[in-house]
Amino acid sequence: MSLELKNIEKKVGLNTHIYTTNLKLEKNTINILLGSTLAGKTTLMQIMAGLDKPTSGEIWFNDKNVTGMKVQKRNVSMVYQQFINYPNFTIYDNIASPLKITGIKDNEIKERVGKVAELLKLSGMLNKKPNELSGGQQQRTALARALVKDSDLILLDEPLANLDFKLREELREELPKLFENRECIVVYATTEPSDALLIGGKTATLMEGKIIQYGNTIEVYNKPKNLTSASVFSDPPINISDIKKNGSTFSLLNEDVKWETSNINLKDGSYKVGIRPHNITTYKEGKNSVEIKGKILISELSGSESLIHFTNSNSNWVSLSNGTHQMNVGQEAKLYMNVDEFMYFDQNNNLINYV
Amino acid sequence: MNKTINQKAWFFVIPVFILVAFNAVVPLMTVVNYAFQDTFGNNVFMWEGTRWFKQILKSERFHAALGRQFLFTGIILLIQIPLGIAIALSMPKKGIGVPICLVLMSMPLLIPWNVVGAMWNIFALPEIGFLGHSLNDLGFDYNFTQQIGDAWFTTILMDVWHWTSLVVLLSYAGLQSIQPAYYQAAEIDGASKWAIFRYIELPKMKKVLTIAILLRFMDSFMIYTEPFVLTGGGPGNATAFLSIDLVKMALGQFDLGPAAAMSLIYFFIVLLVCWVFYNLMMRNEEQK
Repeated sequence: MSLELKNIEKKVGLNTHIYTTNLKLEKNTINILLGSTLAGKTTLMQIMAGLDKPTSGEIWFNDKNVTGMKVQKRNVSMVYQQFINYPNFTIYDNIASPLKITGIKDNEIKERVGKVAELLKLSGMLNKKPNELSGGQQQRTALARALVKDSDLILLDEPLANLDFKLREELREELPKLFENRECIVVYATTEPSDALLIGGKTATLMEGKIIQYGNTIEVYNKPKNLTSASVFSDPPINISDIKKNGSTFSLLNEDVKWETSNINLKDGSYKVGIRPHNITTYKEGKNSVEIKGKILISELSGSESLIHFTNSNSNWVSLSNGTHQMNVGQEAKLYMNVDEFMYFDQNNNLINYV
Repeated sequence: MNKTINQKAWFFVIPVFILVAFNAVVPLMTVVNYAFQDTFGNNVFMWEGTRWFKQILKSERFHAALGRQFLFTGIILLIQIPLGIAIALSMPKKGIGVPICLVLMSMPLLIPWNVVGAMWNIFALPEIGFLGHSLNDLGFDYNFTQQIGDAWFTTILMDVWHWTSLVVLLSYAGLQSIQPAYYQAAEIDGASKWAIFRYIELPKMKKVLTIAILLRFMDSFMIYTEPFVLTGGGPGNATAFLSIDLVKMALGQFDLGPAAAMSLIYFFIVLLVCWVFYNLMMRNEEQK
């Protein structure tokens, strides 16, 4: 089982929503489409489902060309950001609705709905109507409707975006378990890098209608192909700065910050460095750390983390430290960057691989 | 915390009391006054108790007018609500067609009621009116000033023309508020067009439709100007709906007592029907 997009392109009027895209999704995988709003996640999903037709290109499913095949014949399910349920059906009827149309016997429907309801902790509320339930339960119902039929392709379009923080955490942890032991391809669109990391599987980073990189989630995170992929997969935003290399010494352009790294085999010259916020901290971390001075712009404490924005030589930096570190706005402070975690990019913004 | 008690606040409410008194309570009390008394002019009143109410409730003329009124309101609701929903469903959802349709739809609503009556009167005249003349040319014996059926047909047609737009606009607003994801989800389920209407669109339109039905019920139940200009209640009393009959009684025959009693009964019928209907709809809502 596989889903393959071959040279897919989508234009609406003069605007290109999806640039030529090739993507192959394998069976029993969870695939994350990661990108900001308007990156083309929803359009891509609708093309995958058959709800929308590509302007050009083909969609192949199980080595069959399904381009232009109607969504009803494609055996897909979809869960949306909004909680989409039939408003005056009970939860039971809502979950059973995709099965009833297919003409499955009542006994079997009852059994399957019962199973899915138990899986999604809805057993006690099968006789209620959707608007009697909380948002989280409504979204569970929508998920149950997607899971109850044995779809080949399950599309989740930012399913947790409208839930409050706690419910989101809870449901996010359960999601990968729901798709275990299922013969299907799952596609999950999200704007949150943390969703991708928690769910795992494979990730495609998207930016302005283009797939930047597709691969195992951890690999995409640790070895972003280029700066775009690195910025899509970083929240808070990744720090990018121009650097110079001279011998084994690297430095920021103003030569304020310098560090030594001997294990990179590069010519002397200009490069770029990408530093994730959690690698700039108020305390020393890792074997090699380098000090950076800055003037504090914003200091936010959230539970167990401190997010600090500061300036150094006219550029803005973001740092994320564990623990709560109160800093005053305007204060000059010292922070430490973990040199071992730096990612180096060439002048074309592509990652430089080194051992 | 101790509450401070300050009765001065009442002074701020006084202007509202005065305003409401002059525009609602005083005229209504005049009617109540007339309903329980008899007068021969010169401000001399005699107490009659519930005599006028008994008289009206027993009068065949009132029963006939009330019957005509319910029949008329029933017919126009049965036509306008489904027709309004159907038109709203077939209107474009985006693009240049939307403003064009909306403007076209609101046109009838912008025309003053007596103008609508006059317009239709001329339009339907058997000799010179486009509608009347055409119908006669086609072989129908059509004359709304003489035949009861034709008079009803024309009055209903006029009301449908004038007011269906209101139902359309309300339904359209209800439809527009349904997120596209609902239609996609139904498409994925393989739901038929009828199922989409029955299980998504209709439930989502329920609240605006309740408002639409209430408004159309009240307006059509109190209809006066248009049939007055179109048929004047005739031929005979065939299209003399409650309000037309009421004005005849009050200003034509100057039976102020019975007319006042009739107004109050009229008022309570409208109030009662609206209250019962609204509560039925809202009770269902709570059960969900």
